[in-house]
Amino acid sequence: MESPEAQNWLAPVGLYLIGALLALILPRHARVVAHGIAGVGSLIGVGVALSALLAGTVQQVHLFSAAPYAVFTFRLDPLSAWFLLVLSTVACAVSLYAIGYLGEEHGGLSGLGAGYNLFLATMVLVVLADSVFAFLFAWEAMSLVSFFLVIHDHQHAGVRRAGFVYIVMTHLGTAFLLGAFLLLLVNSETLDFAGFRAAREHLTPLMRDGVFLLALVGFATKAGVIPLHVWLPRAHPAAPSHISALMSGVMIKTAIYGLVRVAWDFAGPGPAWWGVLVLALGAVSAVLGVLYALMEHDLKRLLAYHSVENIGIILIGIGAAQVLTALDQPAAAALALAAGLFHVLNHAVFKALLFLGAGAVQRATHTRDLERLGGLIRTMPWTAATFLVGAMAISALPPLNGFMSEWLIFQGLLRLAGATRDPLAVAGAAAAAGLLALTGGLAAFCFVKAFGIAFLGISRSALPQEPREVVGTMRAGMALLAGLCVALGLGAGGVMTLLGPVTVSLVGTVPQAGVGVMAVPAAPGGAVAPVGALGVLLALGGVGLLLARLLGGPARSRVAPPWVCGIALEPSMQYSASALAKPIRIIFRALVRPYRAVEREHAALPYFVTAVRYEAGVLPVYERYLYRPLVQALVMLAQQVRALQNGSLRLYLGYMFATVVVVLLLTR
Amino acid sequence: MAVLFLLIAQLALALVLAPLVNGLIKSFKAGWQNRRGPGLLQPWFDLVKYLNRESVVSEHASWIFRWAPIVYFSTHLAAAGLVPMFFVHAPLARVGDAIVLMGLFALARFALSLAALDTGSNFGGMGTSRELTFAALVEPALILGIFALAIPAGSTSLDDLTHGGIGAAALLALAALFIVAIAETGRIPVDNPDTHLELTMAHEGMLLEYAGRPLGLLLWATHVKQLVILSLIAALFFPAGLAQELTLPALALGVASYVVKVAVLGLALGLVETSYAKLRIFRVPELLGAASLLGLMAVMATYVVGG
Repeated sequence: MESPEAQNWLAPVGLYLIGALLALILPRHARVVAHGIAGVGSLIGVGVALSALLAGTVQQVHLFSAAPYAVFTFRLDPLSAWFLLVLSTVACAVSLYAIGYLGEEHGGLSGLGAGYNLFLATMVLVVLADSVFAFLFAWEAMSLVSFFLVIHDHQHAGVRRAGFVYIVMTHLGTAFLLGAFLLLLVNSETLDFAGFRAAREHLTPLMRDGVFLLALVGFATKAGVIPLHVWLPRAHPAAPSHISALMSGVMIKTAIYGLVRVAWDFAGPGPAWWGVLVLALGAVSAVLGVLYALMEHDLKRLLAYHSVENIGIILIGIGAAQVLTALDQPAAAALALAAGLFHVLNHAVFKALLFLGAGAVQRATHTRDLERLGGLIRTMPWTAATFLVGAMAISALPPLNGFMSEWLIFQGLLRLAGATRDPLAVAGAAAAAGLLALTGGLAAFCFVKAFGIAFLGISRSALPQEPREVVGTMRAGMALLAGLCVALGLGAGGVMTLLGPVTVSLVGTVPQAGVGVMAVPAAPGGAVAPVGALGVLLALGGVGLLLARLLGGPARSRVAPPWVCGIALEPSMQYSASALAKPIRIIFRALVRPYRAVEREHAALPYFVTAVRYEAGVLPVYERYLYRPLVQALVMLAQQVRALQNGSLRLYLGYMFATVVVVLLLTR
Repeated sequence: MAVLFLLIAQLALALVLAPLVNGLIKSFKAGWQNRRGPGLLQPWFDLVKYLNRESVVSEHASWIFRWAPIVYFSTHLAAAGLVPMFFVHAPLARVGDAIVLMGLFALARFALSLAALDTGSNFGGMGTSRELTFAALVEPALILGIFALAIPAGSTSLDDLTHGGIGAAALLALAALFIVAIAETGRIPVDNPDTHLELTMAHEGMLLEYAGRPLGLLLWATHVKQLVILSLIAALFFPAGLAQELTLPALALGVASYVVKVAVLGLALGLVETSYAKLRIFRVPELLGAASLLGLMAVMATYVVGG
């Protein structure tokens, strides 16, 4: 449907562009103006997305064509609307947070504000793009703008290095995407996605597999799937916290959007092995991601590895949906797909919340190192409370949103196991469920570590200044996301209804799961009613207090110093982050590859040790065994090719002459 | 309405019976080890004693330390309503299924682990570290054991899984879930529930800083958790005797058979505790890995043997 008049569904993009412009024009007011306009734009985006999902309509516009191949067409269909909803929800809270967070930044605010708005605009354009040129233009712009945002603190060498790795990896992914689009363009008549959809039946199986594999590698690089994840733990900690929240919460989800588009819309429902591959990649990323996260004691690197883990969980849902589509089970496929997309929204919300909390901690204490923190719950109670909600959500604890989407993914895996009678396939689906359960348990462990070490106990080091609670706008942004975690968990049934149009447009039916509010009506199948569960928990808590009062009389308590075998309590007596995770480091050493180096300095004899130096870490397996050999091979190849350029002008003129002759012969 | 009465009856039964099951296991172990033992009612006497005592709170503790015991108690009591004990339908079956049961256990463990880190001493960290390691490794075994029954039944609701049956899949799943029961109840060979020494400090380490009423609530909840796990195994693998309708003779038979089943399973736990020594911490993952493999084999067994 072409509606050339008011394209008010493109209003968010317009507002972001206005915000970027105003940030550049008004440098002194950039902080409030830029992020305020971004907040308003994202509110409008939420409205646009919700109305599109509730109405189930599709809207399209063709803006202009700069050249016959440079067609700018945009389309808002249910899948795009869902990802627009994810983006706008998170952007709203992050914009509010950024107003307070940047209050202590002293330079480059107009650039940061403009970059923030452009980042949001390009991400919206990626999910709205309906032609190859529009998609690639928006994708590349998104990568470039995020690169400049990541290297905002470019005085530090580590930040520059992180930005370099990021830009190289993202361009590698884009190259694979280009290959996939070129393959699709062979059969398509027009240069927009409608042409791809029309040409779906004409794809040969080989081309279809090629498109899927190229697109998978390209999008997996952006999403951070192992082993293409190496940029994620470098780039996300290096960027300012609100940018990390957006990158981790939203940008990596645009890759999931692209994968779902290719897997169902462009290359059609494919053979079952596509889904098995995605499922396997998801399971591996989930387990390895959480294991690497457990080894970290830098709060933001820990959160970055958890993004790898949650992308793995999303891919488990998407992969299960692909296999179920291939097995001709549309209802179960809709359930698994809806579960994966629900986890996209949930992860965006709680990951952004956690990154904002980490930013608040860094603001207050000037460190990200867990080994130096402790006891922040007393000085930063609001940050602690919202971080706790985020930690409970990501650990998949009922009745919050993380538990609801993982429950749905388990149901999807159950349907997958029930859809086939081959013992190996059933074992594969069950093994995926086992790995998902392992991931959930390890994630809960990791967040007990992160929250417990940073916020509870006593401070483990003398910080440069007394930490104080952060400003109101930062707290408001975090509180908004924390409230969403609770609301999305309790209202999971409503979210599944919202996902109905999305699954109908992709697999043909609505998802049906036993998700209720207070209680689920009697029907075969598992059931979960989050509001009912919360009510039961609260009621039984009251029962417990009543029973204790009845059996024990009035409560008496007094406060005393903790007992540590009669000596004075030192902060270093508490468990450290590395100590908490040590059993996991030892048990999973084959997967994680930890190393330990101990050096002792001594005086005249080895018995009189004067200093001990202990270093422990994780071997960079992927850099050492995958990337370094590839880079070295590339450098060797480049050095061979270099022989062609020996500096002689006559040789270069000869090359040009030969090229002209060859071109004339070919285009006769 | 009937559901509400059933819920109250089931929870009351769980609260009363749970410490008695613990006392039964202790008496059995004592008899087997040629000792007199503390007696069947001793856990009840201990509970009343703790609930009446003054509680001492560390000066570094926050609201998490004060509220964790009530969260731990209410989640385990809610879990007791999710499992069919003496009637074929669990009272809270329409509110949660087997996966919600696992989630409730995880919530309880999360709350207690944070409380253990809250006091500023080191014993809590020790207990947290070990208990969470074991818990993470138990999760795949538990889900695989449940999936082994859930995949043929097509549902994770505990009401739909109470069909018992003797077959390769059921036996393998029973073996896997029995090992899970040993790990979740913190019994030898995984952990020692009778001491507070540092060597055996997994679950007991997290309770170490509590005294008085909060400790009473935590211990009661731990007994209820043990009862819930034993009831789960009884309901999934030995459903004979479950009342099919809400009449008095059927319910009486249901309660009687339930008590017998739980007592026998508790004695089995006690027998395992007496026959084995506690494993070293880094040998426990081998046991739990074996449980996961048994669960996976149980999943495949339905399709390899049954067809």
